Amino acid sequence: MPPLSLALALLLLLSLVSGVGLGAAGVGWPDAPRFLWAGLTGGTVHAPDAAAYTIVWEIRLPRVLLGAVAGAGLAAVGVAVQAMVRNALADPFVLGISSGAAVGANAVILLGAFAGFGVWALSASAFASALAAMTLVYAVARSPRGLTPLRLILTGTALAYGFEAVTTVMVFGAARGEAARSAMMWLLGSLGGATWAQLPLAATAVAAGWAFLWWRAEALNALAMGDETAAALGVAPDRLRRELFLVTAAVTGTVVAVSGAIGFVGLMVPHVVRMLVGADHRRVLAVAPLAGAVLLVWADVLSRLLFAPAELPVGVITAVVGVPAFLLLMRRGAYAFGGR
Amino acid sequence: MRLDIEDVTIEAAGIRLVEHIGLTVGSGTFAGLVGPNGSGKSTLLRSLYRALRPAGGVIRLDGDDLHAMDARAAARALAALPQESSAEFDFTVAEVVAMGRLPHRGRTAASDREICARAMARTGVAHLADRGFLGLSGGEKQRVLIARALAQQPEILVLDEPTNHLDIAHQLDVLSLVRDSGLTVLAALHDLNLAAAHCDVLYVLDGGRIVASGPPEDVLRPPLLAEVFGVRAHPVRHPETDAVQLLFDLLPPAT
Repeated sequence: MPPLSLALALLLLLSLVSGVGLGAAGVGWPDAPRFLWAGLTGGTVHAPDAAAYTIVWEIRLPRVLLGAVAGAGLAAVGVAVQAMVRNALADPFVLGISSGAAVGANAVILLGAFAGFGVWALSASAFASALAAMTLVYAVARSPRGLTPLRLILTGTALAYGFEAVTTVMVFGAARGEAARSAMMWLLGSLGGATWAQLPLAATAVAAGWAFLWWRAEALNALAMGDETAAALGVAPDRLRRELFLVTAAVTGTVVAVSGAIGFVGLMVPHVVRMLVGADHRRVLAVAPLAGAVLLVWADVLSRLLFAPAELPVGVITAVVGVPAFLLLMRRGAYAFGGR
Repeated sequence: MRLDIEDVTIEAAGIRLVEHIGLTVGSGTFAGLVGPNGSGKSTLLRSLYRALRPAGGVIRLDGDDLHAMDARAAARALAALPQESSAEFDFTVAEVVAMGRLPHRGRTAASDREICARAMARTGVAHLADRGFLGLSGGEKQRVLIARALAQQPEILVLDEPTNHLDIAHQLDVLSLVRDSGLTVLAALHDLNLAAAHCDVLYVLDGGRIVASGPPEDVLRPPLLAEVFGVRAHPVRHPETDAVQLLFDLLPPAT
């Protein structure tokens, strides 16, 4: 494991423990790590601590873990989408998948659709509509010459506007003010709804997606150089792009279904990581998911603490932290964007 | 390795771009593909490095059907320098050259490094290894791409206008690197004098068909050049190498 990945893995572990110890409810050090340890090792917690233990184990821990999973997933997908459409300004949402998921999620939040699914209604509906959006984008973007980068970006962007219009109409027509608020929370992304039940599927999707990308890392290098170069190196560019579309859409759909459309992680993390380790996808993919996980865990901690007990959408934090950091790194100028 | 193109026709969007191409490049031969803009040179070469699939005909490498081969097996036999240049991600020179190892199986990091180092030494780019590819000059870029092709350890090298945008010293430099590789080479070339001086055999493409082939001095005759390229050519012999070279004028206006 390269040194940077190792350092980030340790930092992530530290961030997870810190994230569990920080929050509005005032359960902090050294209780939070102690409860964490008790939960992990099957130790005992005394009766007066039961409420605090529940906060740590049932609310904060799944939330922190989901943040790490979502951050890792968004960063990995961001790397893949940028190589797939050969554009360093692309992010996981450029394909319109997240806007599609938002339609499904808001149908549940605002219109009470799919009430029969109970607590799963939101995630299930978001994921289903992400898949529907993906199918639509794929069908429209496909041409006799395959999925070309430009068609993918244009189709994704255009359809995203359409999906957003549908969402806006739903928010506009919603009678209940609180529902509109939670719809906005979802559009900007939030880990507030995290439960243990969401974790296995999201973690599996992210891990499987990452494993696929890692396996194809060298092919991603070839694809990033151009379709003809890829073909000359024995990588069929159309087929690889189709596979990437499926994998990135599935991971994006799964992540967005549980955490909303958290922006900026999938755009900024790949950029920053490329500045640090270069363009080779074998190195970028070893570092970016860890960096994304750390970033999102801390962004979520800030979103909980800044206006406690009220919560900011975590997407606001990623933007507030990310934009200046990004501009600063770009000004340092070690990064040739688009060769200019 | 011998390259045979047999009766190949390529179509895109219902339009025939090249038709009934028959062409052979013997093992170790440097063959040039010349023709005016739009004559189908790049299209034909694309079908060789499998960016396009012919609508008809067969391309054979030592008798094996190229398009029936596994993509990576084909890339181990045939390397290419396409004409595209993507400028989005700044790989280092070492990383670009290492991509040449992609089609190979059962390789180790150590053997890859050694093969790439040798390829870079052969094209004189070892000192650029850690530089970004996008920041290189045109001549350096071509040397790096040739190093990538050599790292691919192919037997056939396909080049699409490798001397484009290069100054004269770099043009000669690139072609002599290719020549010295000892590989079977098929190169599309714009400059007829470069083609005449470097190629063993020339194929002239016009309107998607081969209209002449043979050794340069047999092919580059004034009547053919007038018909295909629309110029008046005056062949002379190079005083030192005796290669045929051409002096050009506009054709006299038709009356």
